[in-house]
Amino acid sequence: MNKRRISDWFDPVLLLLILALLGYGLVVLYSAGGMVLVEKQAVRIGLGLFAMLFIAQIRPERFEQFTPIIFVVSVLLLVAVLFFGITVKGAKRWLDLGISIQPSELCKITLPMMVAWIFRHAALPPDWKHLAGALLVIGMCTGLIYQQPDLGTSILIALSGLFVIYLAGISWKLIIGGGFLAVLSSPVVWYFMHEYQKQRVLMFLNPEADPLNRGWNIIQSKIAIGSGGMTGKGWQQGSQTQLDFLPEHSTDFILSVLSEEFGFIGVALLFVLYAMIIMRCLFIASQAKNTYNRLICGALTLILFVYITINAGMISGVFPVVGVPLPLVSYGGTSVLTLLASFGIIMSVYTHKKLIQQ
Amino acid sequence: MSKALKQPLHEKRLFNERALVALVVVLMVFFLLLSRYFYLQVIKHDDYSAQADGNRIKIQRISPTRGLIYDRNGVLLAENETAYRLQVITEKTKDLNSQLNALQDLIGLDEEDLLRIRKDIKFNPAFKPITIKENMNEQEVATFAVQNHHYPGFKATPYLVRKYNHAKVMSHVIGYVSKINAEEFSNKDPNLYASDDYVGKIGIEKYYETELHGQPGLLKSEINARGRPLSQAIEQAPSHGQSLHLTIDLALQQAAYDAFADETGAAIAVNPNNGEILAMISKPGYDTNLFISGISHKDYQSLLNAPEKPLFNRSIKGGYEPGSTIKPYMALAGLHHKLITAETTMFSNGVYQLPNQKRKYHDWKQGGHGHVNVVNSLAESVNVFFYDLAVKLGIDRIEAFLKPFKFGQLTGLDIAGEKQGILPSRTWKKANRNMIWFPGETVITGIGQGYFVITPVQMAQALSVLVSKGQYTPLHLIQKQVATVLVHSDINTAHWDTVHQGMTAVINAPNGTARALASKDYVFAGKSGTSQVFGKSEEDIYKKNEELPKHLRNHALFVAFAPVQAPEIAVVVVAEHGASGTKAAAPIAKKIIDAYMQINDLLPADEEAHE
Repeated sequence: MNKRRISDWFDPVLLLLILALLGYGLVVLYSAGGMVLVEKQAVRIGLGLFAMLFIAQIRPERFEQFTPIIFVVSVLLLVAVLFFGITVKGAKRWLDLGISIQPSELCKITLPMMVAWIFRHAALPPDWKHLAGALLVIGMCTGLIYQQPDLGTSILIALSGLFVIYLAGISWKLIIGGGFLAVLSSPVVWYFMHEYQKQRVLMFLNPEADPLNRGWNIIQSKIAIGSGGMTGKGWQQGSQTQLDFLPEHSTDFILSVLSEEFGFIGVALLFVLYAMIIMRCLFIASQAKNTYNRLICGALTLILFVYITINAGMISGVFPVVGVPLPLVSYGGTSVLTLLASFGIIMSVYTHKKLIQQ
Repeated sequence: MSKALKQPLHEKRLFNERALVALVVVLMVFFLLLSRYFYLQVIKHDDYSAQADGNRIKIQRISPTRGLIYDRNGVLLAENETAYRLQVITEKTKDLNSQLNALQDLIGLDEEDLLRIRKDIKFNPAFKPITIKENMNEQEVATFAVQNHHYPGFKATPYLVRKYNHAKVMSHVIGYVSKINAEEFSNKDPNLYASDDYVGKIGIEKYYETELHGQPGLLKSEINARGRPLSQAIEQAPSHGQSLHLTIDLALQQAAYDAFADETGAAIAVNPNNGEILAMISKPGYDTNLFISGISHKDYQSLLNAPEKPLFNRSIKGGYEPGSTIKPYMALAGLHHKLITAETTMFSNGVYQLPNQKRKYHDWKQGGHGHVNVVNSLAESVNVFFYDLAVKLGIDRIEAFLKPFKFGQLTGLDIAGEKQGILPSRTWKKANRNMIWFPGETVITGIGQGYFVITPVQMAQALSVLVSKGQYTPLHLIQKQVATVLVHSDINTAHWDTVHQGMTAVINAPNGTARALASKDYVFAGKSGTSQVFGKSEEDIYKKNEELPKHLRNHALFVAFAPVQAPEIAVVVVAEHGASGTKAAAPIAKKIIDAYMQINDLLPADEEAHE
């Protein structure tokens, strides 16, 4: 047997890009939260990278095989959250199983896997029966997460499922029709929204109306970004960050820190890295050997894109504050672990595409 | 299988097409997001940069320290003391209600306080400090400090608060400071005042507010979002308020206050040579310290409703008839207008009547004083002599002559709130009563009755001119150079001397009304007076004053100066409802002069006592 090459173990291009992004993130995190947070995050990243490389060695057929079980487990965890979850700031999102986990994060991987699994043997574009099944599982996850309540995540989860449907080749007519329906139903959604969620949306529409409370975060974030200028104030020199004007600056608002200290050039560099990762992942998806692999690769990539967009848009005042971390950069364990795990799946698809070609 | 067959190549093409569209969307969205960042970071950079600077640098105000107030000998009368203010930041507390309840006993809060605190908490953001208690002393703070750990979010911060020494005696001179109110604040220069500053409300504190207040400095601090200063640098040092040195001699002030014993009234002692006010009291005084941190409703009501009216500054606001104390001025006017000479005598049979009028104007002494000249008339306070003189002078000449002495005019004393009073005249009566002047009114004007409303400070101002023979020096309370103007410069010096002689006779002549007060140590001069109190019933008018209930008795007046040869002190005393000038007011004036002599070592050594 031929000696296996590096690319048989993992995708060196993707790994390099991910490492660059993680490194960049740690540099910013050091400025935002100091060495203590960097050390903690480095441990999680290490774990995540290990998991990623481990997952990359698993044959994609195994994922396909275990998808229904993994999905059922994650749905059960979501149900468990509703009953046994830890209430933080009025919402039950966490489950204490020795370590705190956030089952909705798990769903970000398991739901697209499940939808892809439904479509795995179907002739694409999918017929009504498959579509109905896909929408059912999507609705189930979205509904459970919405109950926590977590509007932002439930929308993201729904999107992660819908991306699979889109990539499966559902007709443009249906896509446009669905989008139209979503817009029409927005008053109904508004009616069912919680008061604080309505306030968030209202605050987003006019942050200056309540500058001291809910609008404060966005105003301070915009000041941080804007005052960064073209080249930034320099590492650890951001006054908004260092003087604590910027809220949650190591988690959701870490891009504000980056913007303040590294300026527009720093932001552009970040987007270039993200764009390269997305391109690489979509390339891997297009090279995949079967429908299931293609669909999960593509969906996981697009959900990464959505994360980036919502976070970057939120902190710059384009979208409402929904509490979404910046992928691979924000401080936090669950997010980085799930993301690296999903990259592991993508890498697995990459490393196993050649077996079929032999 | 009824399902459609999979077509791998078609599906792959379909996927690639979708992935490509997605990639285009991704790149477009990224481009748009980057545009947003470009807009914020490059186009709007200057705006946000300025806002970030505003965030980081906080310019804070350093309150200037209020100037101190001393008496003429350097005795500290108004100072600044470190007090503590207990405040709470509600968002940092855990169980605010039970903490407040516990504090109620610990530091002593009443229901009124709690009501205010709860209101403040309700209407202020949670991060803003709410004052629980002001003006806590070291001991109260120590009590709290021991328990401090039970009260997260509560903090006692030191600040400077005004403190008045000898508050009661000095109350009507110094006045007090208190928190600036919204109206006052809107009238002040916002660069000088903060909304929680103290400001002089009355007295010296108000009149010299600008000098005492000083100019605030600026503290530039770099702070974090929690308001915690990271570094501080004084951008501009505050220029502290100017200290003031009063002309008041605290010892004399105290002596004057004590001389009143339980009586109410006013006394002013001045140096007639330079216009310095050595003592100025309005009895009773009150504790000005109560007002600084906000007087309680109960305390305020009890001060406001007290029958002795302690808040009323009689020395500048009390309006009285001068009564017979006007006689020396009348005598001087008569001499000056050559209506009388020092030798002119007239016969007093006890009654004066205007030609063709039935009304009789009486002497205080039944049957009259017999043949009297001007000096005797002053010594015995002969009304008939002055009725006659007033009629000869006429109201117009009386008004013109009295005006330069400042009767019925603001003296311009350097404390706020002086009342103008009334110098009777034809024009005044026309303007205020819309009536012509009657001759009978001229008669009683001659003995200081009728429409006169004169304040003690006006009496003191007039007396100082009379004593210094026409040198008008505006009275003042702060040590400063004041220009002296000669008034009535055309009056012959001999006339001044004659009047002084008459006033000396009041005390030192065998027939003087106040002969009982003559001092063996120095020679002083004076003149008593009675200011009528109206509101007596018809019946009461015929009673002797001493038999009336106290509040209906006439006010007793006495003006005096000493030593006669070279006057150094002039004194005006108003003893309210004292009935008789010589009995009630003159002894007080004597005590004040005695105290002055003693304080200034002007009494001859008592050799016998040493032997």
